[in-house]
Amino acid sequence: MNIEELQKKVLTVARACPPSDEVPYAFEKRIMARIARETMVDLWTLWGRLLWRAAAPCVAIMLMLTAWAAVSLDFNGNSEPIATDLEESVLAPLASLEDAW
Amino acid sequence: MEPSDAELIAAVLQGDTASFEPLVKRYQSRIFATARRYARREDQVEDIVQEVFIKAFQKLATFRAEAPFEHWLMRLAVRTCYDFLRGHQRNRETTFTDATSGKTDWLEQFIVDPTISQENAAAARELVNKVLSQLSPAARLVITLLQIEERSVKEIAALTGWSISLVKVRAFRARAEMRKCLERMARSKYL
Repeated sequence: MNIEELQKKVLTVARACPPSDEVPYAFEKRIMARIARETMVDLWTLWGRLLWRAAAPCVAIMLMLTAWAAVSLDFNGNSEPIATDLEESVLAPLASLEDAW
Repeated sequence: MEPSDAELIAAVLQGDTASFEPLVKRYQSRIFATARRYARREDQVEDIVQEVFIKAFQKLATFRAEAPFEHWLMRLAVRTCYDFLRGHQRNRETTFTDATSGKTDWLEQFIVDPTISQENAAAARELVNKVLSQLSPAARLVITLLQIEERSVKEIAALTGWSISLVKVRAFRARAEMRKCLERMARSKYL
């Protein structure tokens, strides 16, 4: 059998049989419904992306504050004033509670 | 008067999602015809078309209007079909035993007059599908675009994103692959 000839015949047949361009009923509605769902998901994706973007500046600020705190402690020589201030601030509501008791 | 593609696209980009529906209606039949060249089962065809339009909607902002919207959409469709073929290449048919055997006379008859017999037409289509389903995804895509749809190498390069020389190389390999496939079919008495 001549394969070259056969190949030509198969391709001729393929050209002679174009596929149908029939569309299922209301297919565009299905697409639009899917797009509406995708858009909803996209809002969450957007929110997630924003959170991730915010994470980097937050970490940077935290590192800067840590560094600033460490440097200022070195200059002051001890950490007591900051520790005392923090303790007083945290315990302030409890102190007023104790007075009420 | 119906709004043009450019007007509809501008409306969608401004947030009017509903304006995408006329675009879907306008081009879905062409996308269905393209998808049916690569997928046989109707549910797979529908999935491909759906994916094409979802991608089109998501990437609409990247459409630069340098070429008609239809060309841009066809490029998306061809690439989606290629992805589909690559994803399903393990399911390619490897045996011919489930098909009826016969001589190629009917193929000749069909070429001379496609309307002569419904049986011949069905058998011819079956044979074409069998041969194409045996090819690798790249070979099938190139054979379909170049030999069946009779597109130019330049057009295929634009549709697939391959370089012109790559299209030529793949076309050469695809023809060789198809000949090998036909030889195998002939040996296994399918033809």
